[in-house]
Amino acid sequence: MQTAPATNEATPPGWDKARAHAIIDGMKATEGAALPMLHALQEAFGYVPHPAEAMMAEALNLSRAEIRGIISFYHDFRQAPAGRHVMKLCVAEACQSMGGPGVAERLLTRLGIGWGETTTDGSLTVEKVYCLGLCACAPAALLDDVPVGRLDDDTATLLAAEAAGGMT
Amino acid sequence: MITLYLSRDAASLALGADRVAAALLRDAATHGLDIQLIRTGTRGAVWLEPLLEVATPRGRVGYGQLRLADVPSILDAITGDGAHALNIGPVEAHPWFANQTRLTFARCGVIDPVSVADYEAHGGLAGLRRALELGSAAIVEEVKTSGLRGRGGAGFPTGIKWNTVRGAAADQKYIVCNADEGDSGTFADRMLMEGDPLCLIEGMAIAGIAVGATKGYVYIRSEYPHAVATMRAAIVAARRAGLLGHDILGSGIAYDMDVRVGAGAYICGEETSLLDSLEGKRGMVRAKPPLPALAGLFGKPTVVNNVLSLASVPWILAHGGKAYADYGQGRSLGTLPVQLAGNVKRGGLIEVPFGLSLRRLIEDWGHGTATGRKFRAVQVGGPLGGYFPDRLLDTALDYEAMAAAGGLLGHGGVVVFDDNVDLLAQARFAFEFCATESCGKCTPCRVGAVRGMEVIDKIAAGRDTDRNFSLLDDLCETMTDGSLCAMGGLTPVPVQTALRNFPEDFDRAGRKLAAD
Repeated sequence: MQTAPATNEATPPGWDKARAHAIIDGMKATEGAALPMLHALQEAFGYVPHPAEAMMAEALNLSRAEIRGIISFYHDFRQAPAGRHVMKLCVAEACQSMGGPGVAERLLTRLGIGWGETTTDGSLTVEKVYCLGLCACAPAALLDDVPVGRLDDDTATLLAAEAAGGMT
Repeated sequence: MITLYLSRDAASLALGADRVAAALLRDAATHGLDIQLIRTGTRGAVWLEPLLEVATPRGRVGYGQLRLADVPSILDAITGDGAHALNIGPVEAHPWFANQTRLTFARCGVIDPVSVADYEAHGGLAGLRRALELGSAAIVEEVKTSGLRGRGGAGFPTGIKWNTVRGAAADQKYIVCNADEGDSGTFADRMLMEGDPLCLIEGMAIAGIAVGATKGYVYIRSEYPHAVATMRAAIVAARRAGLLGHDILGSGIAYDMDVRVGAGAYICGEETSLLDSLEGKRGMVRAKPPLPALAGLFGKPTVVNNVLSLASVPWILAHGGKAYADYGQGRSLGTLPVQLAGNVKRGGLIEVPFGLSLRRLIEDWGHGTATGRKFRAVQVGGPLGGYFPDRLLDTALDYEAMAAAGGLLGHGGVVVFDDNVDLLAQARFAFEFCATESCGKCTPCRVGAVRGMEVIDKIAAGRDTDRNFSLLDDLCETMTDGSLCAMGGLTPVPVQTALRNFPEDFDRAGRKLAAD
C-alpha cells in the first residue's frame, strides 16, 4: 500500500517548507496532535513529505523514529504521492458475498496494476479497503470521496476511464 | 409549495441520490414547480434507495428505487394523483418500517440532520433537559435501570461503566465515542452520524453531565468522509444553539467535543488502541487493568462507548430506563439496530427489540438472497463473528443466545452468503484480516494469524490434514486464551464456526475423491 520513501535528498514533489511549517505550528498545541497533523499534511501535499517528519518530531518533542512509526502504522498515510484520483475498493466479507474481490481483481488486471499501485498515466491509484459501511449495497467503492454501490465490471471500468479524463 | 425529502446518506449517494436530486431541481424549475427539497439521512432501507418522500396530507409518501430516468414521471405523479409504479405509499406504513421499533433511529431519515430546530421538533433534547434536572447520580441510575449494554460488541453494562468514571476523582475526565466502525456488514454508526448526529451529541453531553467530564471526542474512521463532515457540521450547530460549550442550556455545566479522524486501522476500534491513537500514537492495544474508566485518555478517567450506546441514552433519559428495559429479553434489554447486508435482496438497518431470530430477519425483512441463489451461510457480528448454516437460523439475536451458538452478536452486523461461498476461504480470510490489521503487540495475534493462514493453506492442499487440523485447534486455543484483546482472541470464532458448521468445505481430499 505504501511506496518506500525516496532515499536521496532531492526536494520531494510539491514540497513547500513554509506551508508545512504553518500546518505543524498551527496544530502543535492540539491534544494528541500527531494524527490531525498528518491528515492536514496529507491533505495539503497529497502525501506526507519526508522533510515534514523532522519538523513534526521537533514540534511534538518526539524522535523522528517515533513519527516514522506513527506514519507506517496507519494504512492511510502515504510516503509518496498517489495518482490524481484514488479508488478504494472494498474486499471485506459483505462485499465478498457479492463478488467484490473478483470485480477488483479484474479491474486491476485491465489497468495492468497491482493493489496500491498507480496507472502509468498517473490518473488513478487503486487501494484495497476493508469496509466502507456500504454493506447493504455491496460491492462498494469510494472514488476520491464519491461512494459507489453495487459495483460491477462495467461501472468499475467506466469510473477508471472517467478518472483518466474520458480516455480508456 | 411541495416539500420533498431525499437522503444524502453515503449509501443513498452510492446509489445515485445526488444525481436524482439535481434532476429533480432542474426539472421542477423548467416546469415552474415550486418545490422544497430537504436532504435527510436515510431511514435505513438501503434496498429502496434512492427513496424520495413527498409531504402529503396522508403523511410522507415514498417513491423507491428511483433512477434518473424516472424523475420526469415522478414529478408528474407528485403533481397529479400520485399514481406511479414506484409509489410505495405512506412510508411509515410500509411493513419493512412498520414492523420495526425505532427508538435510537426514530429521527434518522426523517429530519434535516444538522437542524437543531428540526431535531427538537421531533423529540430531541428532552433527554438532555431531564438529565439536567436529575443530576449526576440519578442519570447513572436511570441508565443502569435501562439495562443498556455496550453496543460496540463487548456488551458491558453502560451504567456500571459510567458509575466507575463518576466515582473517580480527577481534574479532567473525558467522554470518548468509538465511531471506528470497522466491522464489515455494519453501518449503523455511520447512518446515525449522517442522519441524526445531534442525537449522538445529546447522548455524549448527558454522559458528560453524568460523570463530570467536560470534554469529548468522536473518533470516526477515515473511510467515512460523509459522517465526518455531517458530525462536524452538527457540532458547530450544537455550539451555536448552546447545547455544547461552557454553559449547556444555561445550566452552568460545561461540556464540549470535537471530531477526530482515524487513519485506516481496524484495530483502533478496540478501545485502548483507540485511546493511544487519540493521544497521537500508533494504535497499540494496552493491557487491562488499568481500565480506561480509571486511566483512559491521557491517563484520565474516560468513558469509552460506541455510537449506538451513547445515541440510545437520550431516549432512555426522556422516557425512563424502565420503559427502555421493557423491550428485549433476558439480559439483552432494549432495542438492537440490526444491519442486514451482503447477499440479501432487501438489506439495510432494522431496529427491533432483542430476540428476533436470524431466520425471521433474513426471510421477513431480507426476502432471501440478492442473487436469487440458495442461502448457505450467515456471518453475525463482523469479521470476528461466527458463520452459521440454515439449521442455526432460529438462533435469537441477543448477546447470550449468540454466544451459546458459538458466535457473538458484536455490533449487530449480519452478512448473508449464497451457495457460492467457500467457508474454507472465509476461514482463511479471517486469519488474513487479523494478520493485516493486528497491532503486533502480542504474539498469539501477531504470529498466530500468519501461522493460521499457512495451516489453512496446507489443509486446502490436502497435506497432512489430520495433523494440521489438530494444529489448527491448538493455534485457535492459544489465540483465544493468550491474546491481549478481542482481535486475536476472537479471530478463532469465524474459523472454528466455519469448520464446525461447514466441515464439508474443509474436506478437500474427500471432495476430490467424490468428484473423481
